[in-house]
Amino acid sequence: MDNFLHIQNGQVVSRADIPDLDFSIFQEAVLNATRHSGFVVQFFAYTDEQSILKLITVIRAGLDLYTAGCSLADEYPSLTPECEKFHMFEREIAEQFGAHPKNHPWLKMVRYHENCRGKKDVFGNDYSHDIPGNYPYFTVDGDAIHEVAVGPVHAGIIEPGHFRFQCAGEEVLSLEIQLGYQHRGVEKLLEQAEQPLTRLPTIVESIAGDTAIGHSLCHSQAIEALAGLKVNDGAKVVRTIALELERISNHVGDLGALSGDVAFNPPLNYFGRIRGEFLNMLLTLAGNRFGKGLVRPGGIVFPVLEEQRRIVRDKVAEETPGIADVCDLLFSAHTVLARFEHTGTVPRNTAEKLGLVGFAGRASGLSYDARITFPTEAYAQLEANKNKRTVGDVYSRANVRREEIMHSLQSITDLLRQDIDAAPIAVPAYHTLAPDSFVVTINEAWRGEVSHCMLTDKNGSILRYKVKDPSFHNWTGLAMSLRNQGISDFPLCNKSFNLSYCGFDL
Amino acid sequence: MEFTFSFASLLLLLVVFSLAPLFMGVILKVKAFFGGKQGAPLLIKYYTLIKLLRKGSVYSTSTTFIFKLGPIVSFVTAFMLLLFFPFAGLSPVLSFHGDVIMLFYLLGLGRFFTVLAALDTASPFEGMGAAREVFFSALAEATIFIILVLFFRLSGGSLSFAEYFSGNQVVNLWSQSAALIILVLIALFIILLTENSRVPVDDPATHLELTMIHEVMILDHSGPDLALIEMGSFCKMLFYSAFITCMLYPFHTGIAVFNFIIFITIMTLLYAGIGLVESITARYKMDMVPNFILTSFALVFFATILTMELV
Repeated sequence: MDNFLHIQNGQVVSRADIPDLDFSIFQEAVLNATRHSGFVVQFFAYTDEQSILKLITVIRAGLDLYTAGCSLADEYPSLTPECEKFHMFEREIAEQFGAHPKNHPWLKMVRYHENCRGKKDVFGNDYSHDIPGNYPYFTVDGDAIHEVAVGPVHAGIIEPGHFRFQCAGEEVLSLEIQLGYQHRGVEKLLEQAEQPLTRLPTIVESIAGDTAIGHSLCHSQAIEALAGLKVNDGAKVVRTIALELERISNHVGDLGALSGDVAFNPPLNYFGRIRGEFLNMLLTLAGNRFGKGLVRPGGIVFPVLEEQRRIVRDKVAEETPGIADVCDLLFSAHTVLARFEHTGTVPRNTAEKLGLVGFAGRASGLSYDARITFPTEAYAQLEANKNKRTVGDVYSRANVRREEIMHSLQSITDLLRQDIDAAPIAVPAYHTLAPDSFVVTINEAWRGEVSHCMLTDKNGSILRYKVKDPSFHNWTGLAMSLRNQGISDFPLCNKSFNLSYCGFDL
Repeated sequence: MEFTFSFASLLLLLVVFSLAPLFMGVILKVKAFFGGKQGAPLLIKYYTLIKLLRKGSVYSTSTTFIFKLGPIVSFVTAFMLLLFFPFAGLSPVLSFHGDVIMLFYLLGLGRFFTVLAALDTASPFEGMGAAREVFFSALAEATIFIILVLFFRLSGGSLSFAEYFSGNQVVNLWSQSAALIILVLIALFIILLTENSRVPVDDPATHLELTMIHEVMILDHSGPDLALIEMGSFCKMLFYSAFITCMLYPFHTGIAVFNFIIFITIMTLLYAGIGLVESITARYKMDMVPNFILTSFALVFFATILTMELV
């Protein structure tokens, strides 16, 4: 890691300190770092004050974070043929800035929008036309092959996304996932925000509605670092509890949905009710069932007194046995296990090549958990979670979630045992951000590693705000899990990942 | 060929037919109970039918008259089935020697038109569902015809429902061949679940098109067309349940009123049993379903061999 700058999670560094390498050196260094043990946290482009296109990457290797940068030409040799982890990132840069990665194996648009530099479109799309644009799907030839197109409008209340299956009978040979239907221009909205920056947290909470706490934590930590704000220990504990409540409510809801997808109804109903209880606990803390409005740069906005903590503590104690029972009901039904086991397997080496994160990665045997590796808030004082079954199938993903629920319940109980003083902060507040600085923040939201990266210019305004939802890594994992699976198992595999459409689309 | 016709039977048929949606409500109630919910009212299926019948139908411009024909044929064929069935031991409205063979092919005809209507929409989902439905019911047909062979032997050469359940040499659990009938009952229950798209073969409640078998074929139907399809499926369910019920209890003797009460009771319990099965099992993986259906075939095939005094 010679050419890299070693950084910490949430540490402000001067932009001048980030190594500005030659592209060829940069490429070699990044590939060496990521080919085996390293994983990509951030890999994005921005135009600096002189309108030069720059590239910055943040790589994690073991317990360490590294960063490096370079200037980017309008055409550059793609890194993806050497290392698949860059596949989506390079497509994103091509779309956002019109820089063409040469020899990229599958260069398609990510979200269907014009690049911000007014360059000729890399994909040959005319954006004055609505979707569908000019993007061929991967096809398989042969008389016995049939193509099934699903979406972007689906039955039920899920988000829009297009799934293109190439099937031989019931067997899926290839699945291609095309998203972007919910692109709102989040990064641009964040960059255009003006002082006193009170609009930012609200935008950030809407990146992915089910990860409101995860994203707002990343954002708040970034602003806190750049503005030099201290967060009191009580607020850190409350923010940790909120993130864990978000994790539990989502995992519980998804275990229920998994059960419903295999037509095993009792756990669906029970978990549905229990999910509501956990959302209501967030309501107790934040006044909002999804925890919106609680976390703000500098701490928390609402007072969390003994009364609120008692309500949450009692409720957690009350629900824990019920959750354990319903989990037993679900995981001991042999017809359910027959569906979960050996379905949608993502083997460890595939997961490693793609750089899967979060519970999906852990279910495939990648033990990375940002709560342990890069602890923020009150995570340093909590114990790590262990996963028993990690073979990468639906059962593993379900079981990892079950273990995480139990672990999170224990963590919340432990945290609530402490006597904390969580004084709320006054908002809105005017924050002066450090000029010419760079900060990256990482948190383990319920889906996995959420990361925000901020660059400021010489006036302390936001030059580039990069958001990365774990779904950005994991959608490819879902596509891989369907290889040689029955097409009728797709909904089950999909739910076992339950990735965010809007978190990906930004 | 001998035809019979009776007005009492017609009245009974109409009563039983009008109860069909109520029985479906029983399944939903049982499922809701196991799910810890209060569930929809027992009469929900009546409300659904009334709602659908008051709506208009929407037709895709890419479909032809076949698409409109599908629901009608599937309802009519399913209803015709009931005309030939001796509910509660009372002789059926219509009957002739050999009607069973015609009836199962009438079901096949209804299915054929449902499949055609599904293919007519040119949707990849519906084609997939049609392929599954045809495959699984072809397997189920093997079981059904072995059952008919078995019944032919047990009832001394009968080939009509009237003879099976209201004649002299009736087939039921209380006759000499009870052991064989138990095997037939299990097999027939499997066929009932298969043919009526119930868990563990299919999930009638799912919204996931890719996993559906029967439901996906009727996705494009709406309003009165959908109501016809629903009523057709109620009839089919009624037919299979009554088939099982008549094997469970000898309705051909005794007082008609009591027979009717017992019939309705057993039917209700049977529907509750279906609800119970749906509550405690998950769906099978699609490639496991043929094994499940062929299990029924193995059972009745074994039963048939036992009737042949080979030794």
